[in-house]
Amino acid sequence: MDNSDLETKIMKYISENFLYRTDYNNVDKGASLIGSGIFDSTGILEIITYLEEKLNIKVEDEEVIPDNFDSINAITTFTRKKLDGIAKGEAI
Amino acid sequence: MCGIAGICNLGEPAPISVETLRRMVGAIRYRGPDEAGLFVDDYCGLGHARLSIIDLSGGSQPIHNESESLWIIFNGEIFNYLELRQDLLSKGHTFYTSSDTEVILHIYEELGPKCLERLNGQFAIAIWDSSKRELFLARDRVGIRPLFYVLDGGRFVFASEIKSLFSAGGVPCRIDPIALDEVFTFWTTLPGKTMFRDVRELPPGHYMMAAKGNITIRKYWELPFHHAEDHLDWPVDKICNEVAGLLLDATRIRLRSDVPVGCYLSGGLDSSGITALVRRNFNNNLRTFGIGFAEKDFDESPYQDRMVSHLGTEHSSVLADNTLIGSRFPDVVWHCEKPLLRTAPVPLFLLSDVVRGKRFKVVLTGEGADEIFGGYNIFRETLVRRFWAKDPDSKYRPLLIRKLYPYIFKDSRSKSTLGAFFAKGIEDTDDPFFSHRIRWENTSRLKSLFSDDLRSEVGTYNGYDVLRASLPEPFGSWDPLSKAQYLEAAIFLSNYLLSSQGDRVAMAHSVEIRLPFLDYRVIEFMGRVPPKWKIRGMNEKYLLKKVFAELLPEPILKRAKHPYRAPIQKSLFDSDRPELRDSLSGETVRRIGLFDPKRVEILLSKIRRSQKASEVEEMALAGIASTHLVADQFLTGFPYRPIVPVTVKIFVDRRSVAKN
Repeated sequence: MDNSDLETKIMKYISENFLYRTDYNNVDKGASLIGSGIFDSTGILEIITYLEEKLNIKVEDEEVIPDNFDSINAITTFTRKKLDGIAKGEAI
Repeated sequence: MCGIAGICNLGEPAPISVETLRRMVGAIRYRGPDEAGLFVDDYCGLGHARLSIIDLSGGSQPIHNESESLWIIFNGEIFNYLELRQDLLSKGHTFYTSSDTEVILHIYEELGPKCLERLNGQFAIAIWDSSKRELFLARDRVGIRPLFYVLDGGRFVFASEIKSLFSAGGVPCRIDPIALDEVFTFWTTLPGKTMFRDVRELPPGHYMMAAKGNITIRKYWELPFHHAEDHLDWPVDKICNEVAGLLLDATRIRLRSDVPVGCYLSGGLDSSGITALVRRNFNNNLRTFGIGFAEKDFDESPYQDRMVSHLGTEHSSVLADNTLIGSRFPDVVWHCEKPLLRTAPVPLFLLSDVVRGKRFKVVLTGEGADEIFGGYNIFRETLVRRFWAKDPDSKYRPLLIRKLYPYIFKDSRSKSTLGAFFAKGIEDTDDPFFSHRIRWENTSRLKSLFSDDLRSEVGTYNGYDVLRASLPEPFGSWDPLSKAQYLEAAIFLSNYLLSSQGDRVAMAHSVEIRLPFLDYRVIEFMGRVPPKWKIRGMNEKYLLKKVFAELLPEPILKRAKHPYRAPIQKSLFDSDRPELRDSLSGETVRRIGLFDPKRVEILLSKIRRSQKASEVEEMALAGIASTHLVADQFLTGFPYRPIVPVTVKIFVDRRSVAKN
């Protein structure tokens, strides 16, 4: 899966699950998902469950920080690193 | 406790139909099934459905003054009526009943609208001055009793419930897009507004005068909070003594009744405290009523049982299971007359049915203590976030949020990210809505489900601006807790808790609730108590716990705050009630047109897939279903429940030409 496929998957998931829409092209990839109110208090846990179940990565507790999950860009970058096995801790 | 309804010609006289008045009363007959009464002259018609509680045989309404120039219909209770009556007798007034209603009429004769300052009670009042051709309407200080009105040309129509207004005929019924925007932000409409475009509610603490073609509305009472300089600097024990004395008296006068009075008992601090006050001081033979939930997370039965055995009351409870909650949801929406983002009103509706089944008409409740004494988590959340804001980089200050919401932090992985969620807006401590903004913004996410049409009708409307403009002038000088208490009481207490979880679901089964914590003397005193005595560190309702220390067992005093809630997803999904299933169908979404069909479908399939919907998604589920139910019950299917034929006990006809 290349970067653009990955980003599309994540955008599509966030769009459908938090904005309840399928037209995901207008979503601002750099915007804070918490700050802009897209994520509610459990939003980040939902996206992590998705990544773990559908993309088969393992997210460690200490990696669950806003820097890794507060925007589509951040999530894509983090997931890419995990998929490439270069993230800190155990990869994949 | 009763239902009132009326029609007044503001300009030229026009015939007022007695049949219309009967229909208006018949629509809210459950509010007062014991008797009905009507008054009509060339300018005004009054209708009354009576739930007889004081002066059972003599208190029939409408009631008149000595000269029969003033006529009153009244929903509620004036708890200090005995004292006021003595005073009025000494001033030469004569009484033909021993009711509290007649007391209002004579004190109004004495003082005009200023009489409201003397009334300690819960009320919606209408007084017709037939000689001056003036209609006076008033509502109690915090809005325990409802009063709606509509101005239809020169015809002014008012009633205890909106369905009564629509029963008058000629009142347009249109859903107000702005109201939906407000409900899906603040969890309810803002004061004065209703779900329907032309229908207004007289706000709590206000009166209105309709005379000579004009309507004037005035505020006579404001929620009393004060600048720190005006707070009491008494020692805490002296404050506790004062509160204890006020609560005892507030409870004492709320037991005035010619029928037996019971108590709601949840097992929480507030209702346990009131029940204990009654049992220990006034009634050895007390009847109590409580709710049990089949879902363990919602259930408080062990604490309830503990209190029942501690006090030795005769207790009845209702078991609210998911199927029952879902199946009664449409009935509750009909009574509440607005969309609901929760199912919590339903168990209270079931409970009032049990009360009525045991032949009780009156119960005391613990409602209002959280607002007045500082019980809600949102208050503590505000204080923690402010404390955190003073040192935003602190690693330890945000941990207090975890202590506050252990149940949403139970997943260890959420620790850091949830901190970020609660850090939102933390730097903006001057924001008047600092305490509530996270909640309101979170709820506003639901507006992404609105249809394009609804969105364009809402346009640029911004509820925050309207709310900001309505804040009392000294609001900015209050301490953070007082500001949060004000917002909670002014919006959520009067427009949701006291109606959808109060008056409406109790009156649906002809049960009157009485609320000692909302005695205005208690509220006014607590407004002068420094915030440090309300929430001590993380200990909420510190004063109240101290006041009740001798009365309650330790497990009740020390238990963690348990918010009263009811299951949503499991109750509303796959209900056996066809109307409820329909209210969530794609066909209904398209037919009513208020929500976007595609987005609702995505939401519902997400909820169906996931085992546990998020809090916002559950609110969406209840909100969409109830909005559709309101639309169907009031627009296309009105009246959803038949208008009951009314037999009139008192009929006063003062028309120059009598007609139907």
